[in-house]
Amino acid sequence: MTHPRTLFAIALGKAAIVLSRALHLGGGTHVPGTLARSIAPNILHTLTAALPQGVVLLSGTNGKTTTTRMIADILRGAHRRVLHNRAGANLVSGLTATALAASNLAGRVQADMGLFETDEAALPQAVRETCPRLVLIHNLFRDQLDRYGEVDTLAQTWLQSLRHLPPTSTVLLNADDPAVAFLGTDLPAPVWYYGLDDTRHAAGAAAHTADSQFCRRCGTRYDYSAAFYGHVGHYVCPACGHRRPQPQVRLVRLDLHGTEGSHLHIVYPDGELAFFLPLPGLYNAINALAATAAGLALGIAPAPIHTALEHFSAAFGRIERVQAGPGGSPMLIALIKNPVGASETVRMLTDSAALTGTMLHTLVAINDRYADGTDVSWLWDAEFEPLAALLARATVSGTRAEDMAVRLKYGGVPPERIAVEPDLPRAIDTALATLPPGATLFVLPTYTAMLELRENLSHRGWVRPFWEA
Amino acid sequence: MTRSLTLAHLYPDHMNIYGDRGNLITLVQRCRWRNITLRVQPVTVGASVDWSDFDLAFFGGGQDSGQALIADDFLRRQGEGVARAIEDGLVMLAICGGYQLLGHYFLTHTGERLPGVGVLDIHTIGGKNRLIGNTVLALHTPFPAATAAPSPSSACPAGTSYLVGFENHSGRTYHGARVAALGHIITGYGDNREDGKGGAVYRNTIGCYLHGSLLPKNPHLADHLLTLALQRRYGPSTALPLLEALDDTLEWQAHWTMVERLLKRVAKKRGERERTHP
Repeated sequence: MTHPRTLFAIALGKAAIVLSRALHLGGGTHVPGTLARSIAPNILHTLTAALPQGVVLLSGTNGKTTTTRMIADILRGAHRRVLHNRAGANLVSGLTATALAASNLAGRVQADMGLFETDEAALPQAVRETCPRLVLIHNLFRDQLDRYGEVDTLAQTWLQSLRHLPPTSTVLLNADDPAVAFLGTDLPAPVWYYGLDDTRHAAGAAAHTADSQFCRRCGTRYDYSAAFYGHVGHYVCPACGHRRPQPQVRLVRLDLHGTEGSHLHIVYPDGELAFFLPLPGLYNAINALAATAAGLALGIAPAPIHTALEHFSAAFGRIERVQAGPGGSPMLIALIKNPVGASETVRMLTDSAALTGTMLHTLVAINDRYADGTDVSWLWDAEFEPLAALLARATVSGTRAEDMAVRLKYGGVPPERIAVEPDLPRAIDTALATLPPGATLFVLPTYTAMLELRENLSHRGWVRPFWEA
Repeated sequence: MTRSLTLAHLYPDHMNIYGDRGNLITLVQRCRWRNITLRVQPVTVGASVDWSDFDLAFFGGGQDSGQALIADDFLRRQGEGVARAIEDGLVMLAICGGYQLLGHYFLTHTGERLPGVGVLDIHTIGGKNRLIGNTVLALHTPFPAATAAPSPSSACPAGTSYLVGFENHSGRTYHGARVAALGHIITGYGDNREDGKGGAVYRNTIGCYLHGSLLPKNPHLADHLLTLALQRRYGPSTALPLLEALDDTLEWQAHWTMVERLLKRVAKKRGERERTHP
């Protein structure tokens, strides 16, 4: 029997969702959750505890939205009804609003299982309130230090939280990220690892953006036999021997095909999977590896995993192709939000330009609103230098357009190739106007710039609003 | 005449947070654009270096764990050499953790007293909450800026030079009598949130809490450091113009966009206060 106070909170929260959508306040992904929680603080627990197949939480710095969407597609392909915070509202209030939207007025959620992408700082509270059957932690990089604090502090908080998981839960970790793999030490819950075994993708020495290149146990610098990006790779501590754990789910062969996608060959204890992922870049291949591991850990058969990933299309802004109107130029949008992610996106663009022998046309939109991080120092930790030789033209936009212009200039891009246009709609026009026929415009927005971009492109009739995507 | 300078980069592996390497990129590029050779030598844990080889040094901020890992090495191995070089006019920029380590000590909020090199007459007391946000400080001695673009609007008083950056620190740094303040805070928290001081200057060493990165958007400071280093190496009375002017249009755009945005916010707040308390 649901408590009347909870029923009232559900009714109010649901009304708020309807109202905020009607008033175009952004799809009702935050306020309704906060409102309902102020009346019934336990509401997320109440709504998710009744899900017959439990809750999956996914967190990490990069790739949360894409990986969670991959898992959602896998689960749907396996005929599970999934409660999923698809619009990316990943604070506890957003998780609550997602559950409210799918609940009837009696508090019964119309789904088999919950699947939530979870903000890094919100993970401990989400773990407490949802008692997840599976927690996936994907990576931990420097991101929005003004909000999250230092990387080491966050890792400690996660470790405390995971220690409270019972043996009936499973923890799934990225073996290649030492800060994440270390979380699997001495947990009551069983731990699975996934990792990239194809060392042809090693980029050389661990980059300067590496935050966790020092042994989690004793502080000595790890030796890397392969460094993929940031501090992700195959590592061993020469002093105490702490090393990359042997993963159960292994990406044994990865072939990248420019901006088109990649071929993956994954081996796991009971079998193997090979498929073409229609998403470019090394980090998207790692996202697909994580999603595969999650599917397997949840007992999903290989066939629906294969199908879902071969047909996957990313969330808006996370590598999305948009056409600038009928007969218009192709645009490829890739969210950037922190040094490692931005460096990897740059690497994907320059690899592909080198492969096809073309020069790049880009629109980079940097905002410094709260959700982006108000500190734009991170632009200087990201590697924009590889663009210098391959950039035909860069239009820079957003509230920090000028900072981005300076970053590109000091990265070696000649100033005459940089156009500063802080106003985003005008910047889109400028960038498209100077785009040669047949060329693709690569758009790299920060989070709120991506939302503005979506709104503007939706206004132009080129895409749908974000909560419908 | 080919000019060349050597820069010591202190602990690039551990002290590299908040984009502080942008300062290094800026110094390297501004030298390259002027055909000045700038050799960068990393000083890592266990390294043995002769500080008289260096014209310049950069010491950035780090995570607490990173700072703890290098503090001991810095004191034991480099402390004496660095202090002597600074007394001798080494040109140095130290940000955040690097700034703190040049002072007398850091008193953590749990009461532990961590010694510094003591070459700067400052000490730092750990706070519980972090001081985070954009900051503008007005320089007490404006740098001679041959390349400075004039302020684009009347919102910024002419004749004052600013620095703009982003601070993120829990330490509160207090100045003794033997350092001068670099400037006073127009908006933000400054060194300690109490006395309005922002950054400290001693001989040719500048320490402060400004990330951002600091030098890319403050080209006058970058050129000031390079000028001091060239003067020290080649003598102050050289007939050559020490530093050629560069086209800094983009740099000053970035500088004034933020300075104006932040000063407008200050003016708005002041206006609100005056309306409620006439």
